[in-house]
Amino acid sequence: MAYSDKIIDHYQNPRNVGSLDGNARNVGTGIVGAPECGDVMKLQIQVDEQDRIVDAKFKTFGCGSAIASSSLATEWVKGRTLDEALQIKNTDIVQELALPPVKIHCSVLAEDAVRAAIADVKQKKEQASPRPAGAAAR
Amino acid sequence: MRSIYLDNNATTPVDPRVLDAMLPYFREHFGNAASRNHRYGWVAEEAVEKAREQVAGVIGASSKEIIWTSGSTEGNNTAILGVARMYADKGRHIITCRIEHKAVIDPCKFLESEGFEVTWLEPDRSGRVRMEDLRQAMRDDTILVSLMFANNELGTINPIAEIGALCKERGVIFHTDATQAFGKVPIDVEAMGIDLLTLSAHKMYGPKGVGALYVRRKKPRVRLQPIIHGGGHERGMRSGTLNVPGIVGCGAAAELCRKEMPTESVRIARLRDRLWAGLSEHLTDVSINGNLEHRLPNTLNVSFLYVEGESMMMGMGDIAVSSGSACTSASLEPSYVLKGLGLGDDLAHSSIRFSLGRFTTQEDIDETIKRVVSAVNHLREMSPLYEMAQQGIDLSKVQWQRH
Ligand SMILES: Cc1ncc(COP(=O)(O)O)c(C=O)c1O
Repeated sequence: MAYSDKIIDHYQNPRNVGSLDGNARNVGTGIVGAPECGDVMKLQIQVDEQDRIVDAKFKTFGCGSAIASSSLATEWVKGRTLDEALQIKNTDIVQELALPPVKIHCSVLAEDAVRAAIADVKQKKEQASPRPAGAAAR
Repeated sequence: MRSIYLDNNATTPVDPRVLDAMLPYFREHFGNAASRNHRYGWVAEEAVEKAREQVAGVIGASSKEIIWTSGSTEGNNTAILGVARMYADKGRHIITCRIEHKAVIDPCKFLESEGFEVTWLEPDRSGRVRMEDLRQAMRDDTILVSLMFANNELGTINPIAEIGALCKERGVIFHTDATQAFGKVPIDVEAMGIDLLTLSAHKMYGPKGVGALYVRRKKPRVRLQPIIHGGGHERGMRSGTLNVPGIVGCGAAAELCRKEMPTESVRIARLRDRLWAGLSEHLTDVSINGNLEHRLPNTLNVSFLYVEGESMMMGMGDIAVSSGSACTSASLEPSYVLKGLGLGDDLAHSSIRFSLGRFTTQEDIDETIKRVVSAVNHLREMSPLYEMAQQGIDLSKVQWQRH
């Protein structure tokens, strides 16, 4: 099985490799997958006051397609609002990287990582701002 | 980038000397070895008998005990199904091991579906069968023990002579899949008490699609019910017109292995040790899978913690190796052999098997070290597991989000 040029490019020159301060209030972290399954993605986003993603970083343990999927996801989320970033679909990643059918799970994992990071930063913000009285605890 | 072939346990190139020996049997000597009444047939038959002696000579057998097959998958099936069906009246219990090749596991599973009982031994952490486990598993109705000589993924060698002795003592037939060991380490079917032995030409610099099964003729005389029925070739054990050029190639390849083993095994083991020395000098968190004492000279299976096997292969450029990672197999399952060692699935995902061969050079090894070290460093730089480990997090205690 040959890799597409785009996968090879992301593998050789991954975008946004690294880590943000996971404790910061405006940083959301998503970690998905498990070592015994062969892939783990950590994707982090940093948002401004208007909930726009100003920075994104990733680290991935996994095959070339998993690395490329998460690298691409960090590129795509940057500049979007949280709600816009939620629109990113794994099928878009499959198409952009020309992932073969056996690698579709890599794109699913990348989508999950983005969603997990968004959920994390939203939760932090909710906890930080005083809740309206009577709101049900979740 | 220069391409380097380090996947000789998957298959080997045909040695040019082997090809030269084969070519006349495609051209002028094209006869059918079963044609008893003309020269074309006699020439072919003579070549087949010479090849039988060449193969027998590697394992201390007599040429009459060699049956030609299409390779080890057929050889294993012929041996296992053949014994089970021939001796079913004596008993219906078989002993094998979880990390055998699929060509042994699947016929045994098939026999289970036919009502045979199979004991699946667990190997030790280096991939060896424990004699104590085998002794315990033996029953009065055990008819066959099938245990590989050397494991294809690890290179670990089983205690073959001890297994053979125990089987003799218990009157049980002993089959060994010697596909990876044949021509690489000394084998003596007499001294080791082997009753059936499988080998394949394409793992020892011969052509694909041909192999042989050793079937003991004396003490005891092993009989097999054939799985292929037809013209009664190969003493009725394997019908079908013989693949004369392939058989000539198998014989020539065996002969070369026998002659060159003393020097080649030393040279190749030295290169393997050089590879490991280079990798372990430049990288932390690397470990060898398999037995360090009882092993083939050519195989090195290494786990590179915190990086995934397929991504490593991608980063090595054009180097042919094989990985225990899920991603490289069609099934998306990590290697059942590495899982079978009980070392954890994550180790399987991070493993690479380097298998060296006759045409491997020191330059190949030095170049491989360079490229592997750089790929692993590149990948650890972007590995969340490596980062967590550096922070002192115990990865086995993390609550992962399985998918
Ligand atoms: C240990 C072992 N047994 C059996 C086989 C199957 O051999 P063949 O390809 O000749 O059918 C192989 C090769 O993959 C092997 O390594």
